[in-house]
Order: sequence, then structure tokens, then C-alpha cells
Amino acid sequence: MGRSRFATSIILALSLCLMFIGIPKAEEPHYGLGKLATEADIKAWDIDIAPNGVGLPHGRGTVQQGATLYAAKCAACHGQTGTEGPKDRLVGGQGSLDTEDPIKTIGSYWPYATTLYDYIFRAMPFTAPQSLTPEEVYSLVAWLLHQNGIIEKDAVMDARTLPTIRMPNRDGFISDLRSDGPGR
Amino acid sequence: MNPFDEEKRNPSEPDTDKEARIDRRTWLTGAVSLLGTTAAGLLTPALLPAEEGGSVRPTHVPGRGPSPYGVRAQGETVQRLPTATHSLTPHHALHGIITPSALHFERHHNGVPSINPDRHRLLIHGLVDQPRTFSMSDLVRFPSVTRTLFIECSGNSGHEWKGPTGKTVQETHGLMSTSEWTGVPLSTVLAEAGIKPDAAWVLAEGSDAAAMTRSLPLAEVLNDALLCYAQNGEALRPEQGYPLRLVIPGWEGNTCIKWIRRLKLGTASFMTREETSRYTDLMPDGTARQFTFVMEAKSVITSPSGGQRIEPGFVEIRGLAWSGRGKIVTAEVSTDGGRSWHTAQLQEPVLSQCHTRFRFGWRWNGDETIIQSRCTHETGYIQPTRAALVAARGVHSFYHYHAIHIWKIDRRGTVTNGQV
Repeated sequence: MGRSRFATSIILALSLCLMFIGIPKAEEPHYGLGKLATEADIKAWDIDIAPNGVGLPHGRGTVQQGATLYAAKCAACHGQTGTEGPKDRLVGGQGSLDTEDPIKTIGSYWPYATTLYDYIFRAMPFTAPQSLTPEEVYSLVAWLLHQNGIIEKDAVMDARTLPTIRMPNRDGFISDLRSDGPGR
Repeated sequence: MNPFDEEKRNPSEPDTDKEARIDRRTWLTGAVSLLGTTAAGLLTPALLPAEEGGSVRPTHVPGRGPSPYGVRAQGETVQRLPTATHSLTPHHALHGIITPSALHFERHHNGVPSINPDRHRLLIHGLVDQPRTFSMSDLVRFPSVTRTLFIECSGNSGHEWKGPTGKTVQETHGLMSTSEWTGVPLSTVLAEAGIKPDAAWVLAEGSDAAAMTRSLPLAEVLNDALLCYAQNGEALRPEQGYPLRLVIPGWEGNTCIKWIRRLKLGTASFMTREETSRYTDLMPDGTARQFTFVMEAKSVITSPSGGQRIEPGFVEIRGLAWSGRGKIVTAEVSTDGGRSWHTAQLQEPVLSQCHTRFRFGWRWNGDETIIQSRCTHETGYIQPTRAALVAARGVHSFYHYHAIHIWKIDRRGTVTNGQV
């Protein structure tokens, strides 16, 4: 008993000490491996665009510029109007998600317009990903949003305007909180 | 639309040579097992003609010498079934739980990159105390962990949402495999950079031509995610992410980012295309479930399975059961269309978030019938019937199809995919 009480007081004393000297945030030890990343290291790879627009570069693009570029670099896979394929359909389908024939497109399904910038720069065109300039990406985003009836023909897309676009299916997603109950 | 890729499969892709894909060797293995032996693997070579099975009199001629890197026996031709964007594991012809690395399924979104491991770097930045880069030799020096885990694409069996589609188990369940993975815990490497208190999500990005990217909830991946550099004892295969991939036990394959080069910590999901437009599950009411990371309890009979043929008499029913949430506790088999269920034997070791091999000895009397398996995992969850799954989720989810799978057997012993 006495021994156990002694141990308890030792633990208490140690805990109090730790409280005052501060506990490292991560419990894992450090191994001294790797090296400090430079600004240049980060800038070279930091391409993601957040829904609030953080990460969007300078530059701007119009629907009209986008139309020309789309015809040249995208239409072969996605069709002249974004509906014909053969690859993913990009335009239309709004109001179809709860029907027998749901059509998932940028206009009907995508919740954030910023994702368009992120994805087009990151992975398109399929044969030359990460080759487009910011102006080109903004233009394609503008054309695709206009084709889907989301922005006007004279709208200009840039780091300020793009994050303000509200996509039609913005509230269509439910974060999955299932346990594993039957029938879920 | 194809549930596991945006690059649609050509609808005119011929089904005609599916029979040919069930290669002769596989058929023999299946047939022998039905002759009433459990040593099919030992007996089968004797049935092979000399040109496939080797020398006619191997005891009379010296054999081949040692070689620096082994290859499988001549005549062993079981292979993945490749398409433009993925390849499928031939589960009908595999044994145990480990998928040979060369037969592990592939799914990539713009090809397999060629990466020099000496130049490869992992960058950790965002909400960390110190942004850091790690070389492969840094990563290999950290304390290491080995786990045997399944990886299943959430599009596995995805065509089955619309009814029986795949002809073989390779087609219906080939987007999953199991390997022994070795690497460093993600938590160990993140701690080296120092996690800031407001970090709640981490973006993982690959260095392939798709720059494949997923946002992952930090608290959950700190539990057990691994940055892996080895698979089944050797360096990762290029198509599995060489030189470095993320493996998150039990989570949909797409989150296990291959060729990983960047981890960025933030306060919220980055809402990339892969967690919004893709890998979200459309429900009948038009809403979609998002962040459905865990692969549900699921099982399938791998032999006898679609495209194979059985003979009356003893048949060992063999299959796989797995759950992203933990261990399998029971696998049951029905050979009478679901009227009665029998407990199958589980092969030890039964591991968490890993394939479990089950077996059930059956005597087929030659009548038309239906065979199927269902599993229960440690929380008591039972793999649902197709009807129960469709009632809950409709047929447009594309991802996460995990219903009981049915194989029909006709009087000739031919096995086909079919729902009742």
C-alpha cells in the first residue's frame, strides 16, 4: 500500500513538473532525419487550390478565351460542347441526380469551383498535365462554368472571383459518419 | 460510367475471349481438386504435357543452375487482366492470402511513372513547425513496421450495382489484393516536422502524371497509416508506387497514394476532385456520401467461381473474407441458394484489415444450385444481401459495393455469375 502511494506521488510530482516545463506536442521522439525544406522546395510543388481560394495564382481568363482553348485542347476527349465525350461529360445534368439516370457533371455535381482550377492544372490535358498557364486555366474554368449556366458570358475568372462562385450542388454532400450498422 | 475510372471502358470490348482467359492450367487445377484430392497443386504437374511440365525424365538430366532473380515455372501462365487504366488480380487461381506482387491489381490515373529513388523526396509542409524534405534513405532509417493488409479499390465489384456483370471472379473482385507491407508510420515522419495544434487534415499527393491527391483526416491516419517502401519483402513494384506509397489499413485503395511526394497539413479538407467529383457515393435522394473511407465487410467464393466447371463429388469451396473495420470472425457458405448456411473453416492467422482465407468441404450431387458466402466481422456486422444493400443505397453509388456474391451452377457443372 505504502509503496503504491509512494509511486502515485512520484507520478503526480512528475506530471506537475511536466505541466510546468511543457509537454512536446507530438509524443513521438525525433530522429534528426531529413532536412529543412526551402521556400523553393515548397513553391515548386505546392499546387493545390483550397475552396477559399488560397493557392490561386495571379492571372485572369474569360469565357471567350476559354472557348478557343477548349476547342483546341479539350474537345477531342470531352466533345465540342462538353456533353459528347468520349471521356467524362462536363456539362449539363442539373436536376438529374435523384432520377433513374443521374448525370454527374461539373454543373450538376461538383461542389466547389476552385476544384476545377486545381484539377485542370494538376492533371489536364491528359497528354500534357501541368502545362497550362494560369491565364489558360482561368479561361477554361470560365468557359466550363458558363457552359453549365453558372456564370455570365462576360464574366472574368481570377483569384478574387473564382472562390465566390457558388456551385449548384454545393450542399449535395453528406460527410459519412456511418458506423457499420446493418442495412447502411 | 465505369465506377473505378473516368476513362470509360470501351463498351465494345469483346467478352468473347473470356473463356480463353481461364487458362488451361487453372482449369486443370480446378478439375483436379474435384477428383477428390486436396493435393491438387502436387498432382497437377503430372497431368501437364512434357513441354509444359519440363523434362520427360528429370531424374536423368542435370537441372538448371541457380539464378539471381527467380521466375515462375514455365507453363504457369496465370495473369492479371489489364485494361487501359487498371488490371485485375486472378483470384480464381490464387491460394492463401498473399497476392504475388506481380499479380497485385493496378489502378493508376495517368500511367505508371518512372522514378529515380535517389532523387525522390517526400516534402512535409503546411501546418507544421518545420517544413522538411526526406530522401528515401532518410525514410528507410526510421523505425519500421510490417503489416499484412488488403488494399481494395472502392470500385471493386462496382459493375455489379446494376446486376450480374462480370463473368469471372477476376472481373467481379479483381480490384483487391493482399501484401505484406513494410514502411515507417506516417505519425513518426509527421512528428519529425512537428504537427501544429490546428492541423486537422492532411493532403497526400503523388508524383505521377495525375498528381493523384486525397485529403485525409489527420487524427485517423495518425493511428495506423504507413509510408511504405517494401511489398512482400522487396522494394515496391513500380505500379504499386515505387519508391514510396501510403497504405491506410482498411481504407479505399485510392487513399493509399502511390509515388507519394508531398504531405500538406491544413485545417480542413482540400476538396480535390478525387473526394468531390470522384469517390463519393450517390444516394437515391440525389445527395452523395463523402469521405466514405472504410471498406465494408465483404467475402466472395474464389473457387469454384465464374468460368470454371466442376464435377460431381467432393468440391472444396474456397474464398476470401475481409473487412476494413477489423477482423473477420465468421465466414459462412450456402450451397442451396441461401436456405441453409454452414460455418466455413478460417485459415489462421486471421488478421485485422487483411484477407482471410476460408474453406468449406462440399459434395456436389450434380443438381443445379447456387453457392454463396457471407462474413461477419468483430463488431457483429454481417455482409448484406444484394437486396438489402440496394434498398439502402440504390444502384448509382458506383463505389463500395459489398453485397453477398452469388455463383450459379448448372447441371453440367458450369459456374456463372447470377443474382436471385
